[in-house]
Amino acid sequence: MSRISAAKRLELIRNKNRPTVNDYIPMIFHNFTQLHGDRYYGDDPAIMAGLAFFMGIPVTVIAHVKGRDIDENKRSNFAMPHPEGYRKALRLAKQAEKFRRPVVCLIDTPGAFCGIEAEKRGQGEAIAKNLMEFMSLRTPIVSIVLGEGGSGGALALAVCDELMLLENALYSVISPRGFASILWKDPTLETQAAELMKITSEDMLELGVCEKIIPEAEGGAHNDPQSTAENISDFLFEAVQRLIKTDVDVLLKNRYEKFRKIGMFSFVHE
Amino acid sequence: MGLEDLFKTVRDRFKDKDEKSSPLPETHKKPEIPGNLLFKCPRCRATAYMEEFEKNRKVCAHCDYHSRLTWRERLDITADKGSFREFDGDMVSMNPIGFPDYEKKISRLSCECKTNEAVVTGECTIQGYRAVIGIMDSHFMMASMGSVVGEKITRLFEYATERKLPVIIFAASGGARMQEGIISLMQMAKTSGAIARHNEARQLYITVLTDPTTGGVTASFASLGDVIIAEPKALIGFAGRRVIQDTIKQHLPDDFQSAEFLLENGFVDMITDRKRMRKILSRLLKVHNYRKQEE
Ligand SMILES: [Zn+2]
Repeated sequence: MSRISAAKRLELIRNKNRPTVNDYIPMIFHNFTQLHGDRYYGDDPAIMAGLAFFMGIPVTVIAHVKGRDIDENKRSNFAMPHPEGYRKALRLAKQAEKFRRPVVCLIDTPGAFCGIEAEKRGQGEAIAKNLMEFMSLRTPIVSIVLGEGGSGGALALAVCDELMLLENALYSVISPRGFASILWKDPTLETQAAELMKITSEDMLELGVCEKIIPEAEGGAHNDPQSTAENISDFLFEAVQRLIKTDVDVLLKNRYEKFRKIGMFSFVHE
Repeated sequence: MGLEDLFKTVRDRFKDKDEKSSPLPETHKKPEIPGNLLFKCPRCRATAYMEEFEKNRKVCAHCDYHSRLTWRERLDITADKGSFREFDGDMVSMNPIGFPDYEKKISRLSCECKTNEAVVTGECTIQGYRAVIGIMDSHFMMASMGSVVGEKITRLFEYATERKLPVIIFAASGGARMQEGIISLMQMAKTSGAIARHNEARQLYITVLTDPTTGGVTASFASLGDVIIAEPKALIGFAGRRVIQDTIKQHLPDDFQSAEFLLENGFVDMITDRKRMRKILSRLLKVHNYRKQEE
């Protein structure tokens, strides 16, 4: 498989016809029943969550809601969650733990929302809490990056037993645009930034950040959403089958180790 | 807008002010006529003689802004004399994404800041109580979190979990370290996992949020303390002020994302003056049944 550049992939994931969770959920799950609200403040339309059957197995689905057009995007705040979105995700993850249901997170976000209300309601705390709680959640968690995996806003749904990226999906600490504007004071250098940052699915595999790359339809998922959805189902099925058979203590130990070993450092000699 | 600048934070915000006013007390800043003899408060613009300001633990006598300390200054006013034993002081960053000149920058800062990284960790006593401690130093790459910060914090919690010890972290950070790409983001998950285990061992974790605590550090270990203390007037938040301003296109109140703002909104337990910090910390350790060390 020849590598497509990060810059080209930036274009692919911005393609107006790239499938979103609204397309994928009915193709992958059955009887999806949406559940709303964080029980404290409100219901965040940027994160959709609910119950469904996956290949006959009851699961909890938590997903960022990218819109397919401007109206849908306005309704879901361009998939940029507020704290109540992360708190809804945590509530339903805890519920999944109670009923021993696997959790499937579908990630597609530019990042957490930056605004006054988000700060007032503790955006940082909400994300931090998810990281800590997901790390010790006693049920399998599989996360899949469908398009954009933007920084802490993506990570809040990506502490998991197995992380997969769609072939053209990107995962980064900051958007290439943001990276360029900080480092070179010029956001238009985003393609250069994208190349430098190591953000593609192959990079994630090499860096030990993700476990699997899910192939997309030839030329990108938008060319054949159905076959891409089937690929997602196949990969997801293999992982869920394996993880539900794993002893929960082993699962948690492996999850901890998966993140524990990420980092590159050395020691200066005296 | 969007995530562009999720982690672009304080540095820019304060650069503005720097340009308008005089430099922060950083020795490598270009000296102006009064040189290092004057402190000019970045919050209220009041000036004071550097000597007085330093005697006052680097707190602005006029507005009570608790300005930034080096790790060494923080250690000196926190730990019992001679009690500190450092962990992993020789751990240094590598360059996971091959970022141009990253190693050069690190080694220059290592000399300037007298530490190999943005956090110094170890063990000490505070008014006789044994604690495991981490001190972040914003003079080192804005105390951004990369592999070394993540690893040192994680090891700190693992050490404390194993020995049933309390952890105290003085947080300060501009966020994730972009130069390490996705690896820096993963440190948020790694540290939070280590805290989860420390929790399961039912040990106390205290965070002290100092100026500035933002981005990925706010969104991970800094927000996970059993008790969260903030220093007066410290900037604490997730997103950068300018990013928010660009999004909403309206003026933000001066106290937005201040320690006081967080207290009002329920995200910190208390705001504690530097003078009383040791007393408060030791009282918290005592109430959690940790024992004073025998002389
Ligand atoms: Zn002042």
